[in-house]
Amino acid sequence: MTELLVGTKKGLFVLQGEPNAGFEVGARAFAGEPVEYAMRDARTGRYFACVTSAFYGPKLFFTDDPSGEWEQAQGLELPEDAEKPLIRLWTVTVGEEDGLVYAGGDPGVLFESHDGGLNWELNQAFWEQPTRPEWNPGAGGMCLHSVATWPGDPSRLALAISAVGVWLSDDGGQTWRYGNKGLYPRYLPEEAREDTITLCVHNLHRAPSRPERLFMQFHGGVYRSDDSGESWESIAEGLPSDFGFPMVLDPADPDSAYVIPLVADMDRVTPDGMVRVYETRDAGASWTARGDGLPADNAYLTILRQAFDRDGSGAGMGLYFGATSGDVFGSGDAGATWFTAATKLPPVHSVRVA
Amino acid sequence: MALVRLRAPLSELAGGCRELELDGATVAEVLQALEREHPGVKGWILDERGSIREHINVFVNKEYGREQTALGPDDRVHILPAISGG
Repeated sequence: MTELLVGTKKGLFVLQGEPNAGFEVGARAFAGEPVEYAMRDARTGRYFACVTSAFYGPKLFFTDDPSGEWEQAQGLELPEDAEKPLIRLWTVTVGEEDGLVYAGGDPGVLFESHDGGLNWELNQAFWEQPTRPEWNPGAGGMCLHSVATWPGDPSRLALAISAVGVWLSDDGGQTWRYGNKGLYPRYLPEEAREDTITLCVHNLHRAPSRPERLFMQFHGGVYRSDDSGESWESIAEGLPSDFGFPMVLDPADPDSAYVIPLVADMDRVTPDGMVRVYETRDAGASWTARGDGLPADNAYLTILRQAFDRDGSGAGMGLYFGATSGDVFGSGDAGATWFTAATKLPPVHSVRVA
Repeated sequence: MALVRLRAPLSELAGGCRELELDGATVAEVLQALEREHPGVKGWILDERGSIREHINVFVNKEYGREQTALGPDDRVHILPAISGG
C-alpha cells in the first residue's frame, strides 16, 4: 500500500491506496491547523509534521503512528535576542548519519537533530552569517525550504532559501559559502543583478546517483549545476514557462527532472487551463509534457513548492502532487499516465510519500 | 496570586488544568511561572523572546493585557486565541 502524507491548510491527511485502485483518507491529524509539511523518516519509521498554528506559533510534532498521538519536538526556537521569533518550518530532511535530521525554516534558519528528530539545535554558523541583516524574504517569507544532502557524505550540504540563494558547506555545516554563479534574477534591475544575494530559489534537488549534479527551480528560471552547486546553467528552453515551485528527480537517472510550470510570478496558475508535468531525461536539453489523465481544460491550479514527490524510481516510479484547489494527482508509471488520488481536500501545502 | 484561566489546547498542555493560581507581579511573570509549572506550555503563549504571540489575546479581568501589565492578587488572567484566521 502507498501512503501519502498531505499537509493542508486544515490539517494533515494520510491518503492510503494504490495507483490503479484509488486512494482514501486513512487518517487525519491536526484538524483545523495549517500543516505546512509532513514526511516519514524511512530509517526509523518516525513521522514528522510541521504545524504552524496561527495562534500558538510553529511546532514540529512526531509520532510512529499518524492516526495516534503526536509529541512535540523540542529545541526548535531562535535565541532570545532574535529580532523575530521562528515563523514557520518548511522542511524536514533526513541526514547522512544515524539519527541526523535537518529542519529548515523562516527566517532562513537551519536546525539539526542528532537523536532522530526528538531534540533540535540551531545551526549557529548559519544563524551568524554576517550578511544576514541584508537578507530579504520572498512572498512566502524567508523560507529555508531545501536541504540537499550528499549520499554517504554528511560533510557536504547544499541549502536553498527564498530569497537568499544557494548555500554550500563542505564541513557538515560548520562553515557556509554562496553557490549562486550563473543565476539570473530578472525580477531585479539589470544593474543590481550581478552582485545581489536576493536570489529567489524555489526548489533544489541533488541527483543521488551523480551527487555533483543538482537541479533548481528558480523564481523565473530552471537550472542545472554539474559542479556541486558552485555554478548554474539554464535548462529552461522548451518549457512553456520557467516559473514554478516544485521539482522531483528520478533517483535512478541523473539526467532526469520533473517540474510543474505555472504561467508567471504575476499569474501563478497552470498555463492555458491545462495541468501538465514536464519531464526531462537528457539533463534539461529537452522537455516532454506529461498530462495524460490530468485536467486538460478550465484548470487553473497552483502547486506549491513542497507539494510534489515520488515513490521508487525508474519506469515504475510513482509521482504525486497536490494543488491549492484541494486536488491530489498521481502516476504509477513515471508520469506517462495520471489519475486523481483525492479531490475536495483543503488547499494542499505539501505531499510526501511515507 | 493571580488566577489564570486556560482553554484547550493550552489547558491540555497544562495537565488538564483550566484554572491555576500563579505568582507574579506582571502578566509576563505569571506566564513565565505557568511555563515553569507546566513546561509543555513553553513556546505556545510567549515566543522565544518572551513576547506574547501575535494572535494570542490576554485579558486581565475585562481589559486587554500585555507583558508588562501589572497584576494584583485578585486579578483574573484569561488567555484566548484571537478572533482571526481563514
